[in-house]
Amino acid sequence: MLRIENLTAVIDGKEILKGITLEVPDGEVHAIMGPNGAGKSTLSYALAGREGYEITGGSVTLNGQDLLEMEPEERAAAGLFLAFQYPVELPGVGNANFLRTALNAIRRTRGEGELDAMQFLKVARARMKELSMPEDMLKRGVNVGFSGGEKKRNEVLQMALLQPKVAIMDETDSGLDIDALRIVADGVNALRGPGFSALVITHYQRLLNHIVPDRVHVLADGRIVTSGGPELAHRLEAEGYAGVLDEAA
Amino acid sequence: MNIDASQGNAAAFLHRYDGLAGRLPGAGIAVVRALRDAAADTLRAGGLPSRRVEAWRYTDLAPMLRAEFREALTAVDGAVSMPVARADRRAVFVDGRFRADLSSLDGLVAASLAAVIETVAGRLNTVASASQPMVTLNTLLFEDGLVLEVPEGVDAGRLELLSVASGETASTVHPRHLIRLARGARLVLLETAVSANGARHLHNPVFEIEVAQDAKLSHIRVQREAAGAYHLAHLGVRVEEGGTYDGFVLNAGGKISRSETHLALLGPRAAAHLNGAQLVADGQLADMTTALDHTAPNCASRQTVKTVLAGRSRGVFQGKILVRREAQKTDGYQMNQALLLSEEAEIDSKPQLEIYADDVKCSHGATAGALDADSLFYLRARGIPADTARSMLVRAFLQEAVEVVEDEPSREALEEAVAGWWDQHGGAA
Repeated sequence: MLRIENLTAVIDGKEILKGITLEVPDGEVHAIMGPNGAGKSTLSYALAGREGYEITGGSVTLNGQDLLEMEPEERAAAGLFLAFQYPVELPGVGNANFLRTALNAIRRTRGEGELDAMQFLKVARARMKELSMPEDMLKRGVNVGFSGGEKKRNEVLQMALLQPKVAIMDETDSGLDIDALRIVADGVNALRGPGFSALVITHYQRLLNHIVPDRVHVLADGRIVTSGGPELAHRLEAEGYAGVLDEAA
Repeated sequence: MNIDASQGNAAAFLHRYDGLAGRLPGAGIAVVRALRDAAADTLRAGGLPSRRVEAWRYTDLAPMLRAEFREALTAVDGAVSMPVARADRRAVFVDGRFRADLSSLDGLVAASLAAVIETVAGRLNTVASASQPMVTLNTLLFEDGLVLEVPEGVDAGRLELLSVASGETASTVHPRHLIRLARGARLVLLETAVSANGARHLHNPVFEIEVAQDAKLSHIRVQREAAGAYHLAHLGVRVEEGGTYDGFVLNAGGKISRSETHLALLGPRAAAHLNGAQLVADGQLADMTTALDHTAPNCASRQTVKTVLAGRSRGVFQGKILVRREAQKTDGYQMNQALLLSEEAEIDSKPQLEIYADDVKCSHGATAGALDADSLFYLRARGIPADTARSMLVRAFLQEAVEVVEDEPSREALEEAVAGWWDQHGGAA
């Protein structure tokens, strides 16, 4: 269970998160929707522990463990995964080397044995096939020369390999055409189960047709202003944020 | 030592020359003696360059000039620890002297300079210019070197050139290497310079390299001498029509190291690659200086130089490209990038393009900065510990420089040197 309580965060002296309270129980997928500038990306970076995001109050726990005390890599080892809105290109770092280093780092902290290159390739190839990723993406530099859709698929591949307890998907739908969107959604849906939960952050309802959430929260001006079932996403699509926010206010 | 200070900052070297002049190779050959005496006159009059000389503005030789070095001619016959072999043939120099017992030159037209100086005396200082300070110093005191000819049309494969400083001595060696590829010839010259831990020697090699029509020389220099050593190399290179000099320099050792290349493209369609990487740790200075002279049309030059600086260290890149009026259709590219791993590291970068032709394609760029915070966070967010993530990014930065080297064993030697450096200095970065 991911539990966020009254979280406040400041960037460059400006308060962006103004007291967020949210619980994502094991096995559930929650969506966070909100207009631009609501604090959606700030929330994902604050949860993942990015430098420069100063937490000024509140708490975040994952299965009772205090995430805010941890370094980014410790949060990942504890089971948190952030799928980036803009995955970084790393020229000179081979994708296979990157994926294996990450997987083995996580496996070490879980007390599992490391995978050698052959074992890793076997696992990675199987996952890539599920995501319709060409095998040569392993040989290329991380995200270097990848299309928008390939970058997002690479994020989902990482998630599938690392098997997090909770995934935060930061506008994973942005820049995806409908086919890529379906592949990404299938990748997330394949992980759904009692040991996996997700927080899907999006501006549009489109993605939520493919990843149907258990709960939808509306984030505006650094706060969750209203929550509901999947139907809330449809209302937002039909009425726009203005209508729903007016009603909540 | 009885050094006459009135002889300027090169007094110690001049003193050594006075003592050795009669015993140095070519002492009995008038033309050699004349070159050495002229070098002595030059050093007596002007000394070695201070920072007031523009080309030496960023590299202060004062610590080297204050250091005390021992006799150059102390031959060591004992066993020396040698780097792993990466070719069937190697030319080995220990403390500056050719060691036939450790070398294997089968099938090559090659010899020790000391042994054949009479036949090559006329070629000295014809490719490298005696007006260059490190050439002057080398001319004064060169004691040996490799003389190598690759005959017309012959692909000579790969040859290792090893320079080993054997002990914790402060020796000074000034090898002179004469390399000549005849028309259509090919050679991969993998040069490695190493020294024992704690060595404080001066290694002042000068190369005179001639690449004839349609010949190709790949010259990979792996300089990983001790952190207290001084490495001051000068490479003079001439490339004729259709020929290629494909050079890569790794500066990964020495308290002060400078690799200076002066290359002229003399005929149409000649090409030059002056790539390199510098790994500079606390207390060190590494300098890559190049001067590229495009004298003929339709030539191409490529240069990517990357410098990684840790601790309190300094890096220098000076890259001059001269495109003469005749050199139309020149295709030139130069990029130099520095990665500063510490607040106390400094890079001085001086690209210099002088273009007189009006139909050329020349581009250049320079960057300097710390590790990218977004990249670091991305790796850490995947569970990769911060030190491993930093290491991956530094290696990736260097990988881009090294991957242009076509010869696989040479590339492996470079990758191994990079890995070794990072193992030793990465933690302190």
